[in-house]
Amino acid sequence: MLVNGREMEYKGGITISSLLNDLNLDEDKVVVEVNREIVLKKNYSSYTLHKEDKVEIVSFVGGG
Amino acid sequence: MVKIKIFLNERPLDVKDGTTAFEIKNKFKRDADIVVLNGFIISEDTVLKQNDKLTLIKRGEIPSKDELEALMIARHTPGVHEKVKKAKVGIAGLGGLGSNVAISLARIGVGKLLLVDFDIVEPSNLNRQQYFVKHIGMAKTDAMKELISLINPFIKVETEKVYIDENNIEDIFDDVDIIVEAFDNPKAKATLINTVLKRMPNKTIVAASGVAGYFSNNAIVTKKIRENFYLIGDEVSEAKPGCGLMAPRVSIAANHQANTVLRIIMGEREV
Repeated sequence: MLVNGREMEYKGGITISSLLNDLNLDEDKVVVEVNREIVLKKNYSSYTLHKEDKVEIVSFVGGG
Repeated sequence: MVKIKIFLNERPLDVKDGTTAFEIKNKFKRDADIVVLNGFIISEDTVLKQNDKLTLIKRGEIPSKDELEALMIARHTPGVHEKVKKAKVGIAGLGGLGSNVAISLARIGVGKLLLVDFDIVEPSNLNRQQYFVKHIGMAKTDAMKELISLINPFIKVETEKVYIDENNIEDIFDDVDIIVEAFDNPKAKATLINTVLKRMPNKTIVAASGVAGYFSNNAIVTKKIRENFYLIGDEVSEAKPGCGLMAPRVSIAANHQANTVLRIIMGEREV
């Protein structure tokens, strides 16, 4: 699957939670888009990503 | 005799065809030292055309409230003012980003601003936020409302002293067209942006992330993430011990946000 334009491979799919964990991202500080649809945090642990999925993740840092 | 219609200090006026700007000045306000034609200060005399907007200003003279509005409108580019005046913009957070965005949008004459913040002004805010020493202890919403009234008293300002969370976002921002995310806390940024994108598809959100330190100016960019989501910053410079928030870079980002809001109002959706 494509994550922020980069190809990544996971056998048998991976949940959004595990992907964020893998990328060292905090699920409280991100916006996740799968195939242009926003997925909310409450669904990260149940949403399984597949190889044809296009994922965009925007993560935020503090300061303003 | 052919007459044309012009606007003198925003009021319609019929003049003889071929009349020049300086002839009008000499007739109506001989002591004016600034002549603004269609939003632009002119130093050479110009023949007026149908629907030209002419404004005469005497430097240093404090105008009445009616006159002031005409004089301020004169400096807004025609075609921009009418649209900007109709816009309603919500600002979530009135810290370094939000206080700067609010003032820029007030200066260009955005018709209605909704200012939302739960906090008070503290001494540590003064290194980058647009408040004065006298505002310390005052709610940021009240302090900003006062500042805007001193800059442009024709802006409608609404305030909400409330902590924004996922349960009140839809209510608070129901009436605005564009929402500016101007929080400090990254979790609060994510909550607001996710909620707007998921539940408020008709709004556009202009957010910021990565504004700390004194890294290059040019690392701060405006990105269009999706149709109704713009993100400004370098996306990595986090505020932390040893890398604080400072006025120059925070206000660079804030004014990227303000200009993005202006561009959206004017129908320019690309960055």
